[in-house]
Amino acid sequence: MDFNFSEEHNLIRQTVREFAENEIRPIAKDLDENESFSYNLTERMGELGLFGMTLPEKFGGQNLDTLSYIIAVEEIARIDGSHAATLAAHNSLGIGPIYYYGNEEQKEKFLPKLCTGKALWSFGLTEPDAGSDSRGTKTKAKLEHGKWIINGSKIFITNGSTQISIGSTVQAITDENSDGSKEYSTIIVENGTEGFTAKPMHGKMMWRASNTSEVYFDNCIVPETNILGERGQGSKIMLSTLDNGRLSIAAMGLGCAQGAYELALNYSKERKQFGRPISKFQAVSFKLADMATKIELARNLLYKACWEKDNGKPFAMHAAMAKLYCSEIAKEVADEAVQIHGGYGLMKEYEIERFYRDQRLLQIGEGTSEIQRLVISRYIGC
Amino acid sequence: MKIAVCVSHVPDTATKINIGSDGKTIDPNGVTYIVNPYDEFAIEEALKTKEKLGGEVVVISVGNDANKETLRKALAMGADSAVLLKDENQRDSFGIAKALAEEIKLQNAELVFFGKQSVDYDNSITGQLTAELLNYNSVSVVVNLNIDGNKITAEREIEGGKEVVETSLPVVITAQKGLNEPRYASLKGIMAAKKKTIEEKEAVAANLFVEVVEMKKPAPKQAGKILGSDSSAVSELVKLLREEAKVI
Repeated sequence: MDFNFSEEHNLIRQTVREFAENEIRPIAKDLDENESFSYNLTERMGELGLFGMTLPEKFGGQNLDTLSYIIAVEEIARIDGSHAATLAAHNSLGIGPIYYYGNEEQKEKFLPKLCTGKALWSFGLTEPDAGSDSRGTKTKAKLEHGKWIINGSKIFITNGSTQISIGSTVQAITDENSDGSKEYSTIIVENGTEGFTAKPMHGKMMWRASNTSEVYFDNCIVPETNILGERGQGSKIMLSTLDNGRLSIAAMGLGCAQGAYELALNYSKERKQFGRPISKFQAVSFKLADMATKIELARNLLYKACWEKDNGKPFAMHAAMAKLYCSEIAKEVADEAVQIHGGYGLMKEYEIERFYRDQRLLQIGEGTSEIQRLVISRYIGC
Repeated sequence: MKIAVCVSHVPDTATKINIGSDGKTIDPNGVTYIVNPYDEFAIEEALKTKEKLGGEVVVISVGNDANKETLRKALAMGADSAVLLKDENQRDSFGIAKALAEEIKLQNAELVFFGKQSVDYDNSITGQLTAELLNYNSVSVVVNLNIDGNKITAEREIEGGKEVVETSLPVVITAQKGLNEPRYASLKGIMAAKKKTIEEKEAVAANLFVEVVEMKKPAPKQAGKILGSDSSAVSELVKLLREEAKVI
C-alpha cells in the first residue's frame, strides 16, 4: 500500500488552496449574504483549469485523474460551500453526462466551451414530485416528426439559470408501455430554446452564492438528435452520473468539515476563559481530537473510492459510503465547531456560521443519507 | 535572453518551528515547506519579462531533493527549465551565492531575479553576493521594473520612501512585495511541468565563512503593564516607551 500523494496532487492542492484562500475567502461572506453568484470567480476557476479536469485535452480538459478533481473540490469547499457547489455540479452533473454519453458531435460542440468557466451546464433530474423517487418523474418528451416536444418542470437545478448557463441535460419519460412501465431518456436542451424557461430560486438557507433553479418546459421543441446516449438509457445515465456525483458531494463534505475544524481549532487557541486558551481544556480538546479523527477517516474512505475509480475497479458502494460518511461528519464537525465558538459562533461575523448552514444540504442533495444507506444495504446483500 | 530565477525552499510562515536535537538546525518534522514568498515575485517578474521580451526562464535552487517541490512549482507557473544544485549540508549565504553564480555563468543568464530575502534565515544578502561574484550590477528591494533594451530602470523601497535607479544588463534584481501579483500555477501548467525535467548536479564546493553555532527560540512574551485608565497615564506611557522600550 502507498498512501503518498504524487507531486502533482500536492501541487494541485497547493494551487487550489491558495486560490480559495486569496480569492474566495475575502468575499465569500458578502456573496452569501447577498445571494450573489460570482461570474468573475467562476471564470477564474475556469482559468485555473478546474472545469473538465478529468477530460482529455482535446475537449479542453486537463487529463487528470479523479483524485485530482476530488482534491480540488475539497479545497474549495474548505473555504466556501457555494463555490464548491458551482464547481462540483458543473463538472459532475453538467460536463460528466455529455462526456460519458454524448456523441462526438455533441462533445465537440459543448465540451470545450464548458471547460472554460465561461459557460455552465446543468442536470435536470429532480422534480417537485420526484426527489428520492426519481420514477415519479412527470416531465414527458414526445417524438413527433423528428422532434422532441417536452413538457414538464424541474426543481433544485444547480447552475440552471445563471447568465452563462447554456443548457441542461433533462431526464424525461419518452414512452409508456401498456403495463404501466415507463421509458426514460435524457435529452439536451439549450437555454434560449422556445418553451424553455429557467429562473433562480431565492431564499436558500445554504450555498446562497450558488445558482439553484426552477426549470419549465412548455411545448419546448428540440431536434431528435438532441437525445443524449440511447433512447431508453435515461435511468442508466442518471444512476452512473449520480455515482460520480457522490464522490464530489463527499469531497464537499470533507472540505466543509476540514474548514470548520480549522476554524474551531484556531478559535480555541485564541479564546481564553478561566485564564487559559480553551483548547487547553479537555472538554474542548477532546472535541477537536474527535473532529480530526472523523475527518481523517472520511478522507481515507473518499480517496479509496477515487483510487478504485481511477484504477477501473467497481467504486459505487464506496462512493455511496463516502457520500454518506463525509456529509454526516460535516454536520457533526460543523455543529461541534459552533459549540466551541460559543455565542460568537451564532453571529454572522464569524465564518463558522456559514459552514454550519452550508453543511446541511450535503445530507440531502444528490441522494439523501437515507438513500445512500439504501444503496449500501443493497450492495452488502440485505 | 536567458533569465535566471534563484529560489529557496523555506518553512511555511504559518508553521510552528522547533529547534532540532543538535541545537543548530530546525526540526523538519511536521514542517510544511513552501516556495519562499519573495521568490514568487521574482518568478512572476521573470515570466512577465519573458512574455514581453521573449527568452527563456531557468529556475535554480541550492539544497536537497526536497527543493524539487519548489522547482516544480516554478515550472508549473511557467518556467522553462530547472536546475537543482545539490548539497545535503547547510551552507552560508556565500556558499549558496557561489554555487548559484557558477550555474548562472554556465547558463549565460544576463538577467537574474532573487526574492529580496528568504524568510527562513533572513540574511537578505544572497542576491548581492551573487552579483558581486558574477561582476553583475545589482538592484535590491525592487517594487517596479522596466527593461528597455540594455537599460534597466528600477524603483526600490527605501526607508520612508522610494527611489528610482538606472543601471544596465547584466543585472541581479531582488524582488520586494508589490513588484507584481504572482500568478497561480494552473492545472495545465502543473501537467506541463510534469514533462519538464529538473537537472541535478553537485553544487560547487565553497568555504564556510559563517557557521551557525546555536539556535534559540525567542524569549516568551512578558506580561503587559497597565499604567492606568485615565489621561494621567499618558505621560508615564510616553516616558516608558521612550526610556524603557526605546521605541519612540
